[in-house]
Amino acid sequence: MNSNVFQLMEQIKNEKINCSLMEVCGTHTMAIAKSGIRGILPDNIRLLTGPGCPVCVTSQADIDAVIELSCHPDVILVTFGDMMRVPGSKGSLQEARSQGADIRIVYSPLETLEIASENPQRQVVFLGIGFETTAPTVAATVQRADQLKLKNLSVYSVHKLVPPVLRAIFTDKMVQVDGLICPGHVSVVTGIYPFAELAVQFQKPMVITGFDPEDILQGIALLIGQLKSGEAKAELQYRRAVRPEGNPTARQLLTQVFEPVDALWRGLGAIPASGLNFNIHYRDYDARRRFQIEVGNETEIPGCSCGAVLSGKLEPDQCPLFGNACTPIQPVGPCMVSQEGACAATYRYQLLRR
Amino acid sequence: MCLGVPGQIIEIQPDLGAVADIDGNQVTISVALLPEVEIGDYVLIHAGFAMEIIDLQLAIETKQLLQEFQELNK
Repeated sequence: MNSNVFQLMEQIKNEKINCSLMEVCGTHTMAIAKSGIRGILPDNIRLLTGPGCPVCVTSQADIDAVIELSCHPDVILVTFGDMMRVPGSKGSLQEARSQGADIRIVYSPLETLEIASENPQRQVVFLGIGFETTAPTVAATVQRADQLKLKNLSVYSVHKLVPPVLRAIFTDKMVQVDGLICPGHVSVVTGIYPFAELAVQFQKPMVITGFDPEDILQGIALLIGQLKSGEAKAELQYRRAVRPEGNPTARQLLTQVFEPVDALWRGLGAIPASGLNFNIHYRDYDARRRFQIEVGNETEIPGCSCGAVLSGKLEPDQCPLFGNACTPIQPVGPCMVSQEGACAATYRYQLLRR
Repeated sequence: MCLGVPGQIIEIQPDLGAVADIDGNQVTISVALLPEVEIGDYVLIHAGFAMEIIDLQLAIETKQLLQEFQELNK
């Protein structure tokens, strides 16, 4: 570890300000848990995990609908690996696969194109999940499918947007957040302006932060600096990857293919214009439309506190199930399933906490 | 989920395809989100797509850090 990290650590350790800082990115959740940064912070500085893990915030109703769809004999369901073990009301995708459902795990949505062209007699459905970082990759894939005239491909979109959920968090009186560690790779696409607007509107300091321990410590120091001087603006710490204007090509693709829709978030409920579904030009690719799926009512997993954990109201280890009934081997809720879920990260690195 | 890894563009292909060198592995990616990219550029790659051009020196530093993390986790 270089001296810069030690200097930052010493500086932060001696801060007397009382504050709660939130991150909203699964990669930050993992990086913070792994680095042991929580363990060196003084008690007066708290680090909260917000709704930054796309797998965790996906509603139970959508997970159930996707599992049901995967069991259709004509369907090949294509998904990122993170979704396989997420428990629905009745089993998971992994269990559906063990019972014969044709489910393929991919690293890139582009692989869906090959699967669709190799299986012209089957319906290939991609489970489109992720925030502003991932949604453009799915938009680009669908545009390519359209050029290739792959009519047997569709997407079940549970894509979500970060600024609307931040608005919901900041207006929730039950959640105390004094500053925000902004998601580094979402910002690669959005740029700094959406966060700058929120910083002013809600008077919350924000710093777009990278993912190594030195980045995170610097992000925390910048947030504390703003809090102490009474400022509320968006700053850019992760300069090596984020341009202030973001990636305009990616944003253009998003608007060409998708439109904002109201979306259901686990534990947070319906949030206006916080999700993405296909716009009128691409609605033939909407799996909900193609298979006439009526998404059922949201149900909660009995005893599971994922909703409270995702909104920063509860620390993972304050959930009565944590580490007893709910472990990474036998997860009850999605925050314990996804590697980057708050509960899984806390469980895995709990000795580093304090 | 929003994990990004640095890689170097070593070939540009038709239809916005490219080959990137990620840690010695040659991986086919798309540059549909970054059409201005050129051979030799270091890019941040997410889900098979180049998302942003990154500074060469900073890419190497990120790579070294990722390797250090892997060493630590062994």
